[in-house]
Amino acid sequence: MSQVLDTPPPTQAPADDDLAALAARHGLTVSGARPSLSEYIGQLWARRHFITAFATAKLTAQYSEAKLGQIWQVMTPLLNAAVYYFIFGVLLGTSHGVKDYVPFLVTGVFIWTFTQSSIQVGTRAISGNLGLVRALHFPRAALPISFCLQQLQQLLFSMTALVVILLCFGIPVAASWLLAIPALILQFLFNAGMAMIMARMGAKTPDIAQLMPFILRTWMYVSGVMWSIGKLTKKDHLPHIVLVLLENNPAAVYIDLMRYALIDSFHSKQLPPHVWLVAAGWALAVGIGGFIYFWKAEEKYGRG
Amino acid sequence: MAEQTPKNPEIRDEILDEVREETPDERMMRERLERLDGDEKIPTVVCDGVDIVYRVNGTGAGRGSATAALNRMFRRQQTEKAAGVRKVHAVKKVSFVAYKGEAIGLIGTNGSGKSTLLKAVAGLLPVENGHIYTNGQPSLLGVNAALMNDLTGERNVYLGGLAMGMSREQVKERYQDIVDFSGINEKGDFITLPMRTYSSGMAARLRFSIAAAKDHDVLLIDEALATGDRRFQMRSEERIRELRATAGTVFLVSHNNKSIRDTCERTIWLERGELRLDGPTEDVMKEYEAFTGDKSDKKAGARKAA
Repeated sequence: MSQVLDTPPPTQAPADDDLAALAARHGLTVSGARPSLSEYIGQLWARRHFITAFATAKLTAQYSEAKLGQIWQVMTPLLNAAVYYFIFGVLLGTSHGVKDYVPFLVTGVFIWTFTQSSIQVGTRAISGNLGLVRALHFPRAALPISFCLQQLQQLLFSMTALVVILLCFGIPVAASWLLAIPALILQFLFNAGMAMIMARMGAKTPDIAQLMPFILRTWMYVSGVMWSIGKLTKKDHLPHIVLVLLENNPAAVYIDLMRYALIDSFHSKQLPPHVWLVAAGWALAVGIGGFIYFWKAEEKYGRG
Repeated sequence: MAEQTPKNPEIRDEILDEVREETPDERMMRERLERLDGDEKIPTVVCDGVDIVYRVNGTGAGRGSATAALNRMFRRQQTEKAAGVRKVHAVKKVSFVAYKGEAIGLIGTNGSGKSTLLKAVAGLLPVENGHIYTNGQPSLLGVNAALMNDLTGERNVYLGGLAMGMSREQVKERYQDIVDFSGINEKGDFITLPMRTYSSGMAARLRFSIAAAKDHDVLLIDEALATGDRRFQMRSEERIRELRATAGTVFLVSHNNKSIRDTCERTIWLERGELRLDGPTEDVMKEYEAFTGDKSDKKAGARKAA
């Protein structure tokens, strides 16, 4: 009973109610509907191998055309550190009154870069991978998480370079180095949460990617990457609230924790009070909050 | 759809109508019978008045786009059109029901919304209006986007398999089959080279082999049959038949009228996002070929019919 229909929509199909009823009678479900939060976590867990494989693949693909290949994973951060050493250590000869300034600076730069690049890749996690999002079905949170994992792997390479630098500057190996592990885990949670928040915002408004460099640069300068926030607290000209905000800024907290873990001359007195609580609080609040915020728009990712 | 319904209910209805008006009891009975008839075919995909709209940013003409962008930033509540967002109405009010065991061809001229509809059925594109109900999770036979040209073929097999939702063990188990099927290693050890070194044919073959390695309930195929050399095409068609046997329902988008005729008994014709025709492949094809003025195919069709 097929027939050519004129341009107006077809009328041969049964009324909407009938189709919905037919679907309901046979237990069909709405295609592409958002799963419940617990289902979503389950789906994500089922794709954990994809998440890690995708992160590693991205990382390896990065230097695949270079002749030296994967050596660049360590060379790049080492060269970065060398540039900072050249400018701040040799040319300016400035240490801002900080002991072991070069290790202090390089640790700050590497840890900050981890947060910064996680947020940057997070912003483009959906909007820059629409092809993938529109071709395959998987929980979309896999993308920002996978990109953060890639950044974490990148940081671990940087940390190898950092150990070399620390030893060169005569920093002793200490048990406190183990504190780097919980600090990194907390930072990763925070970064993943930020990446998911930015991924949702970037998916809806791609313009945000253009703004991010400016926001991130401002954030870097207030996070004490190149100077010590602890030194500011001794001055009185800043209102107390500003100091509290500066000290509890998550990026500053994670940077100072890592310095405290790795550099022997960086004392716990330079850390803000309850620093581990603050670090864990940021990690949980942003990590869980970001995940839920991202999940809320799960069914919308992939539209123009 | 309707053409596959047994004729009996109609005949029975006619007889009932002729003899007398039915009593309420009889009506209930008839309705129950009809429902039973309907239940013989199990629907797997139900499209219910589906509209799909793409939104494209930055389409404000020429120099106007900068002001349009500023507008967009400062006046969020205004209409999308003024903000330089253009809507593309890709699929308009399409309704159909697909049943278990059917192979359905989707035809239409370029840009008529075939691939868009397929992606919506797969749950990859949100619908603007209407609903799509599916049995389980339909999968699109396409894995290209997950693969990376800088990685070796071997790593891409793993990555693609994992991206499609296979477990590590499943990929490991099927790895050799995938490589053998693709025929990549027939001319030497190419699977351990980066994919960017492959010829386009080799890459296409590997992509198809990865995509076809998984079993699906509802399978959506978008122009995947025309890759590789003749030998590989025959192997692909064989694999598609296998997939059809295990899958409940198969949708095939193709511009190759012959492959639609060979694989599908039912065909849906989309034109400018609207459903033009839905019925047995031969009937729809005849109309479609008349519409596109494809004389050679028409002749072939006539010969086949005769």
